[in-house]
Amino acid sequence: MKRFSRVNLLLLLAVLLLAVVPLAFGLGSGEEPFSGADAVAEQAIVDDHPDYQPWFSPIYEPPSAELESALFALQAALGAGLLGYYFGVARTRQRQRDAASRQWQGQRDAASRQRG
Amino acid sequence: MHIAEGYLPPEQAAAWFVVSAPFVVHGSRALVRQVRADPDSKLLLGAAGAFTFALSALKIPSVTGSSSHPTGTGLGAVLFRPPVMSVLGGIVLLFQALLLAHGGLSTLGANVFSMAIVGPWVAYGSYTMVRRVGGGLDPAVFAAATLGSLATYSVTVAQLALAFPDPMSGIVGALAKFGGIFAVTQIPLAISEGLLTVLVVRLLGRTSGDDLRRLGLLRPAAEVRA
Repeated sequence: MKRFSRVNLLLLLAVLLLAVVPLAFGLGSGEEPFSGADAVAEQAIVDDHPDYQPWFSPIYEPPSAELESALFALQAALGAGLLGYYFGVARTRQRQRDAASRQWQGQRDAASRQRG
Repeated sequence: MHIAEGYLPPEQAAAWFVVSAPFVVHGSRALVRQVRADPDSKLLLGAAGAFTFALSALKIPSVTGSSSHPTGTGLGAVLFRPPVMSVLGGIVLLFQALLLAHGGLSTLGANVFSMAIVGPWVAYGSYTMVRRVGGGLDPAVFAAATLGSLATYSVTVAQLALAFPDPMSGIVGALAKFGGIFAVTQIPLAISEGLLTVLVVRLLGRTSGDDLRRLGLLRPAAEVRA
């Protein structure tokens, strides 16, 4: 494997490891292990300031946790999809450019051989 | 880093809107200018937005036993400068506030300030500093994405501590409390975000060298040969 791909693979592995290690070692805490930090902060506010009343509520709330995670998945899929599309287009362009410059070089070499 | 809907006192929520608004207005102008001046970069601009969109949806478990998400704003900040990211990040936050009940409209100003303004600026500053002292592209991008992500969460901590000082220990105690919830959780995630952003920039170097040269991330070919 070339060095470029090897480094990329290592980067991906490191990201996976960083996510898997807390799970594998069971570091989850509280009633719901690995709940979102946003929700934990919200709970901390409610605990320490019982008199605080949120003065505005979400206009739309996904009716269930399943639908909420579906929408999150949709968000990730749209982002990843567009990113993948970009790399597809960019790679094809790069290849066409390479092919064009090779062809140009080939013609130049042939022309200089004729002259010589 | 999403402050939930209604979880900032009205005056403070309004104040964060006032603080963020000029950045977003300036950012929209910068975005329009970017697209006009360099139409070829439109697709890459979309890709940078897509990166934020995807990454900020990923909840990843962390060593503190809770989970949180990367911000993904470092890439766009390095490629297109921070003002552009204030718009792209703002769009992501608006989407999450409207459809996912994540964050909120009343707290949008505060969340835009942390994720779409401070994060990208810290990212860009870190990138510039590492490059200036002679650091390579990969280390500079890593520093940008990692520190930008941490900065975003630190701002959230400060915003919440200001709004909800601890009943016993005041703002300092609240800083420690919310810092434990957000900032510590974010350390491994910020590192992940840094690594992922480096990966994307490495791939961009292969497929989009011309774009990176035009945006100033890679040196022009002539200079390299000299």
